[in-house]
Amino acid sequence: MTVTASASEARSRPVQAWLAVWACALAAVLVVFLLQDSAPWAVNYPASAVVPVADWVSALMGWVKSNLSWLTRSITAVLGVPLDFALNLLAKNFKIGHGADTVVLPRLSWVGICAAAFLAGRAAGGWKLGVLVGGCFAYIALFGQWTSAMLTLALISIAVPFCIVTGLFAGIWAWRKPWVERLIVSPALDLMQTIPTFAYLIPMLLLFGNSPVSAMIATAIFATPPMVRATMLGLSRVPSEIDDFSEMAGCTARQKLWRVLLPSARPTLMVGVNQVIMLALNMVIIASMIGAGGLGYDVLLALRALKVGEAMEAGLAIVALAIALDRLSQAIAHNHAKGHVHREVSPSFWRRYPNLTLAIVILAVTTLLGLFVPAFAAVPKAITLTTAPLWKAAVSWVTINFFDTIEAFRVALILNVLNPVRAFCEGFPWLGAVFLLGLAGYQLGGFRLATLVAVLTAFCAVTGLWEKTMATVYLCGISAFIACLIGIPIGLMASRSDRFEKIVTPVIDTLQVLPSFCFIIPVVMLFRVGDVTAMIATVAFAVVPAIRYTNHGIRQVPPALIEAAKVSGCTKRQTFLRVQLPLALPEIMLGVNQTILMALAMIIICAMIGTRDLGQEVFIALSKADSGRGIVAGLAIAFIGIVADRLFNAWTAKARARLG
Amino acid sequence: MSEVTEQSLQAAGKDARPIKLACRNVWKLFGGNAANFIRQRDGKASMAEVAAAGLVGAVRAVDLEIRQGEIFIIMGLSGSGKSTLVRCMSRLVEPTHGKVEFEGKDLLKISDAALIELRRHRMGMVFQNFALLPHLNVLENIAFPLGIQGQDRPTREARAREVIELVGLNGREHFYPRELSGGQQQRVGIARSLATKPEIWFLDEPFSALDPLIRREMQDELMRLQTMLHKTIVFITHDFDEAIRLADRIVIMKDGEVIQTGTPEELVVNPATDYVAEFTRDVDRAKVISAKSLMRACDGAEHGGTVAPDAKIASFSADIVSAGKPFAVVNGTGKPIGEVTPQAVIDLLAGIERPGAAI
Repeated sequence: MTVTASASEARSRPVQAWLAVWACALAAVLVVFLLQDSAPWAVNYPASAVVPVADWVSALMGWVKSNLSWLTRSITAVLGVPLDFALNLLAKNFKIGHGADTVVLPRLSWVGICAAAFLAGRAAGGWKLGVLVGGCFAYIALFGQWTSAMLTLALISIAVPFCIVTGLFAGIWAWRKPWVERLIVSPALDLMQTIPTFAYLIPMLLLFGNSPVSAMIATAIFATPPMVRATMLGLSRVPSEIDDFSEMAGCTARQKLWRVLLPSARPTLMVGVNQVIMLALNMVIIASMIGAGGLGYDVLLALRALKVGEAMEAGLAIVALAIALDRLSQAIAHNHAKGHVHREVSPSFWRRYPNLTLAIVILAVTTLLGLFVPAFAAVPKAITLTTAPLWKAAVSWVTINFFDTIEAFRVALILNVLNPVRAFCEGFPWLGAVFLLGLAGYQLGGFRLATLVAVLTAFCAVTGLWEKTMATVYLCGISAFIACLIGIPIGLMASRSDRFEKIVTPVIDTLQVLPSFCFIIPVVMLFRVGDVTAMIATVAFAVVPAIRYTNHGIRQVPPALIEAAKVSGCTKRQTFLRVQLPLALPEIMLGVNQTILMALAMIIICAMIGTRDLGQEVFIALSKADSGRGIVAGLAIAFIGIVADRLFNAWTAKARARLG
Repeated sequence: MSEVTEQSLQAAGKDARPIKLACRNVWKLFGGNAANFIRQRDGKASMAEVAAAGLVGAVRAVDLEIRQGEIFIIMGLSGSGKSTLVRCMSRLVEPTHGKVEFEGKDLLKISDAALIELRRHRMGMVFQNFALLPHLNVLENIAFPLGIQGQDRPTREARAREVIELVGLNGREHFYPRELSGGQQQRVGIARSLATKPEIWFLDEPFSALDPLIRREMQDELMRLQTMLHKTIVFITHDFDEAIRLADRIVIMKDGEVIQTGTPEELVVNPATDYVAEFTRDVDRAKVISAKSLMRACDGAEHGGTVAPDAKIASFSADIVSAGKPFAVVNGTGKPIGEVTPQAVIDLLAGIERPGAAI
């Protein structure tokens, strides 16, 4: 008792001390800012001292390109084989031979694929899911996006197994050897997930050219981390008794892993697979910039030509594909988590896998029919619908009738909010930022965190990207702030009303599966290009974790504590403010952390619609295939994310420790 | 008289059955440099010394001998080190110091391959939370250890069906673990551990996760199996009543140390410490104490009947009280070696301790 008392005393005193420290630090930064005429180097990083990291990276990549081209070419050739097969099977038809002798084997019939999708949905989650999944595919067909969607699906279907296998082995390795996890896998995963999607494209473009193969490799790299994490988590969560059992049964190390641990971890692994599929879809859309083709390319083309109707149509097809894939893989994961149910075991394949057999038969029959009846081979023009004119008309109508309102809103936002914050951020002394963030790191996580944070921040300045970094921070900060402002109250409301939660949950579930691209399209329609559009799209994209974590955080407060509060006479309001909110705070902060990271990822993609920040830097580098410039800017973005993430995590960990 | 000597010898641990498994000064310490700490002290250290060195003593200086065919129960509360001790015996946990002898051979010195062989064919284990593989059905779960050994499917499934029969799970072969009740799941766990025909059978709190009625049923089931199979059983429990019901011998552990080893009757009659006495206080003594513990020398009175020295008081208490006369305690040859009076039985049932009584 005395120990805790003295400890809490010791803890309460430094709070006062920290306040003083922070006051001094802020004053010092202010002094630096005011004295910028005598010490300009402390505010704006001097151009003469910029370390040419970008040039070094470019030189390295150039060397790799010229000396290892035999390797990259053979990789392209090897990966091209399954990829071409999938592309031909789903989208392009097989062409054997040349010229007049060409024999064309047809791709799978769209009717067959829709039926197979329905059957898969029914097998995994009953009639409702079957109708949903089949309906999504039928929607894609009827709205004339079939070939593009199948190109996208073909890329995913090759990238995902690759991710799963790689992720599984990396996860096993990291799980077996703690040092591998600490020194290699963990940092690599952090970097892989915080580097913006665009930045992946540049080296791939350089090494593998503008082709589906480089898009596939970029996708595979981007989508692997969740599988690694799921593998490590799944293996470490296997009950120790099962581990003991495998030892007592006399398993060798290999038998233990493959026959006991991995099968027992299957529910967690399946959650990882679901995440891999969704990330792969997201990345394949973005990778259309380096030759993936498919739906993403349609959106890109339409956006560049400002054809909002077409962009919207392709975007909705992406949404349909995303929802179909997500619900299907989630249902399968859910079935695994629930566990197995016994069934009559029957020796014949047909009886054991009725749905699979039926799907194969339907695919074969419809594809063969396609040879004779064109309507089975390609979606007939007569039955396709287009909504593009509708969207266009809607936008025109809104523009004509509400132009003044929207414009006034836009201008007011720019003048009163965005510009002042931007000016503040861009004028902030780089040395001051390094110093203040380092101080925060020291307070929250000690010397190591302080060093990490300061070094990563300094990197952004030293590479000459300070201004663009701050432009990114400003837009990301505002967007994340607004997202929290909207998301946390919604989360709080959802936590207090089951009915409201029932409405919110499907909405945020759907928002979460949409590829980031899709958020831009409707906003561009209304607000045209620029910072406001980027901000609104980012808020819509990043609001999900703020809602989800807040709701979950409040709901996970143990009922016993709430009962205790009620018994001691708390009103509903007091219970909420004094018990639920403080206990949920760490979880809510985790949500804020996620919101910031998602906002950062989205802001970068918004470079497509004309923001002037690090994203633009990457985007320019991509169009010029300037790997050094793109990678350094990509690292700067990743470092912003890592700094924010580490500081928030340290803070949350401290709060958790205090709550016990 | 020679009978009596033999009995007292047996009671003192001089059992004729061979020693199957023995622990010789086994230690398991957690903390940095634990191995050096105990080696430097030559396998001797007090609890205070262990604590002073910043180590946690999960198992300390344990000496045990488990004989072939007996049910040996390790009893202790949570944190007493009983689970760690049984894991030291099977080397799931590597002891820090000491020897574990399996049929006289030091288990800690054998190779990994030999250990795997030993576990595959001669050891079986049942777990508190069943540890069934969720992705396999009952038949596959039970056949799993055989598959690990490389047996082909028909052979292992035939054997699995035998043990399914044995534990009474017929008709459930194709059910998955989550479709079974707790009791049924533990039957699967038991069947699985028996499928390999092990010689020594570790049961780690096998019935603790079950509710009381099922627990009792499973205890009876275990006794039934043991009368058929005669395994050497090491059974862990925190439930003293369960220990009393099942045990040939019990060892009581506290803070990683052995407090007392003995038959249930010895523990009840002669608790070594207050800690043991605390456990035995609420035990139904009539079911534990046998006639020979309660008998006195015959004083020539007329006898109302005869009982064997090992007969529990509960088995004849109603008869002796209604007869109202002492019963003669007779050995195997029918010779009386003493007598039990109705008064002594009544005193025992009523919990009255009289000076001069046999206990």
